[in-house]
Amino acid sequence: MEQRISAGRLAIRDLRVVAGGVALAIIVLLVGGAFAGLAVEGIRDFENALAAFDSYLARIVWFTLWQAILSTAFSVIPAIAVARALSRHRAFRGRGLILKLFALPLALPAIVATLGILALLGRAGLLAGPLSSLLGGTWPGIYGLSGILVAHVFFNLPLATRLLLEALDTVPQDQWRLASQLGMGPGSTFRLIEWPAIRSALPGAAGLVFMLCVTSFTVVLTLGGGPAATTLEVAIYQSLRFDFDPTRAVTLTVLQIGLTVAVMIVLGLLGARTALDGSLSVAPRKFLAIGPVESAVNSVVILIALALVAGPIAAVLVSGLKADLARLVLDPAVHAATTTSVVLAVLSSSLSVAMALSLVAARRAVSARRGWLARSFGWIAGTGAGFVLVVPPIVIGAGWFIMLRHTGLVFAAAPVMVVMVNAAMAMPFAIRAIRPAYEAAGERNDRLCAQLGISGWNRARLIDWPALRLALATGLAFSMALSLGDLGVIALFGSDSVQTLPFLLLARIGSYRTDDAAGLALLLGLLCLTLIFLADRLGTRGTP
Amino acid sequence: MTESPSAGTPVRLDEVRFSYERTSLRFDVSFQPGAITAVMGASGSGKSTLLNLVAGFEVPESGRVLIGQEDVTNLSPADRPVSMMFQENNLFAHLDVERNVGLGRSPSLRLTNDDRKMVADALARTGLSGKERRLPRELSGGERQRVALARVLVRNRPVLLLDEPFGSLGPALRADMLDLLRDVQSERAMTVLLVTHQPEDARRVASHIVFLEEGSVVASDLTDNFFADGGPEAFRHYIGEKITDSARKRT
Repeated sequence: MEQRISAGRLAIRDLRVVAGGVALAIIVLLVGGAFAGLAVEGIRDFENALAAFDSYLARIVWFTLWQAILSTAFSVIPAIAVARALSRHRAFRGRGLILKLFALPLALPAIVATLGILALLGRAGLLAGPLSSLLGGTWPGIYGLSGILVAHVFFNLPLATRLLLEALDTVPQDQWRLASQLGMGPGSTFRLIEWPAIRSALPGAAGLVFMLCVTSFTVVLTLGGGPAATTLEVAIYQSLRFDFDPTRAVTLTVLQIGLTVAVMIVLGLLGARTALDGSLSVAPRKFLAIGPVESAVNSVVILIALALVAGPIAAVLVSGLKADLARLVLDPAVHAATTTSVVLAVLSSSLSVAMALSLVAARRAVSARRGWLARSFGWIAGTGAGFVLVVPPIVIGAGWFIMLRHTGLVFAAAPVMVVMVNAAMAMPFAIRAIRPAYEAAGERNDRLCAQLGISGWNRARLIDWPALRLALATGLAFSMALSLGDLGVIALFGSDSVQTLPFLLLARIGSYRTDDAAGLALLLGLLCLTLIFLADRLGTRGTP
Repeated sequence: MTESPSAGTPVRLDEVRFSYERTSLRFDVSFQPGAITAVMGASGSGKSTLLNLVAGFEVPESGRVLIGQEDVTNLSPADRPVSMMFQENNLFAHLDVERNVGLGRSPSLRLTNDDRKMVADALARTGLSGKERRLPRELSGGERQRVALARVLVRNRPVLLLDEPFGSLGPALRADMLDLLRDVQSERAMTVLLVTHQPEDARRVASHIVFLEEGSVVASDLTDNFFADGGPEAFRHYIGEKITDSARKRT
């Protein structure tokens, strides 16, 4: 009897570990399969793979790094001024709104934001007329490096600002009190209080922005292209979709992996954070005397940043509303793409949340156990799984594309690939949404449940579901938004028979049907923002 | 003061060894059946671990845990004839009072009419009638612990473990709760182990004291003997100032 009971208890615990193991196996299969495809192709055609290292390739690597360096500099350095201005003025009307607005670019699908920038600064953009008369001649439109930079700054200046502002908010109240009591001016406040806080957060923020720019795909695909402005990821895509040169794709992919790993190592050494979350506290009052000159300068800084962020968003709205939305809504291609997008997003977000929950549960199940095996499993389930983000979706897609191309299954595999890769990419974010709630519920309820004999289905139904449903819904909404807006794997695997909204949007931009593209962008943007907003609301309600 | 041993269930730790990080603990102690024993000692002396070993949240590296005549060392917490009250988190935050108590009858919350009757009686006994539908956050700290005590009543297990259950309550409320505990204990003749930092708590309700120091029992006696002039050295040292204070007041 005793034996049976303890065996039963172990089995229940092991169920969580088994689920975690399955989730890990899926990720390993997905990434490992891609690497196997690359390795087989590379070995089969080793000479050509080696020969692919030419000056063109060197140029691509250089451009990948160069645009990332410039994007990082143009995002992070101005962010210091913006963050400082926002930190010194705590109470002006609209400050909360600005901070919310600064969270938008990351929530917006890259293809939508890119379209916004084109709608504003493109050859036929809203600002093309004024810019032409201002500069003389015809405004050529923003493409190539300058377009990529504007887009990257649009995404990353607000991100860097939020990260630096968070750092400034960690300065204790008493230091501000002390500063004002000692009569420090703006200069010495910056040097003695603000700069040390900013400096500690700077490597992390810059590292994160750099990483995002190195692996940026959609922006470069849409605004760059051509030999002068191509990054590794876009080159992989082009070598597979246009040049049909898998050997070259292998070489490019290996380089891309090497580059990402190198960047990650440097980031690790710099102590960078790779987390995007963190909510900004409602700012407490600070005891600062700010003169009229400083006030004016800060206002200008904030206004410029605001224009940069709000401009493209407004452009999406304006040009989207100008489009013939009624016709778009009735377009069968749009219907098909919307259905496909929604079905794939539902599947991939469900899979993503299921995997995240399994890993979180498995980690907790082994956390009390001793021994290196349990401990390393716990580490892999907890931290290791996050490293899936190091492998860009395009790389996974390319590996499977190369492996499947002989089988004639490439386009049939499209839905499976999109679902799997998007689920894996959203999983770390889902984990972030679920884990705090799961751990807190565990801390609070584990002993009580053990004491009262509540386990298995009873526990899931009575205790865990009420405690976790908000967190699960948050994770679901968030990963659904990521999947809906994603243009990575689908760019490789998409075809006339399997199109998602971002894929259709890219196709309409490519065929210069700008009106359609603008309308679609508005649709897609609203869909994703609604989901993110929902995730945010559920998330804050879930954490009392 | 002392009840007859036949009225309650004996609890015994037999040569129990347990290590946690760098501290190792060794318990060899019997608790008075059907009585309240205060488990005292400085922070880190192993009071909570002792309770967790009896409850089954920790499993000894060697030795046996005996409750009644049975060796429960390998039983899961739910299968031991034990109820436990923690300092906090005794209630599920999303379930109302009645359901939190009802879980003591059925872990699936499928309650018979008899179960419901028992729950209602227990709530009446603990002074919670009329609050069946409240959620834990709508209750005061003292009321929450009353709910936990009501659940102890409906579970009806012969051993009750309390880990500083009233530590966060004010003095008057704590005295009320201790009196309620004493009444409930004597009605059911439960064997109670009460971890507390307050000598006055022990004096108020406990007939015996077990005193721990650095992971083992250094003294075990009647409460009266602990507070008498010839009480154990370690214990006098632990409560030091309080004895001198009360001695000074008496003179």
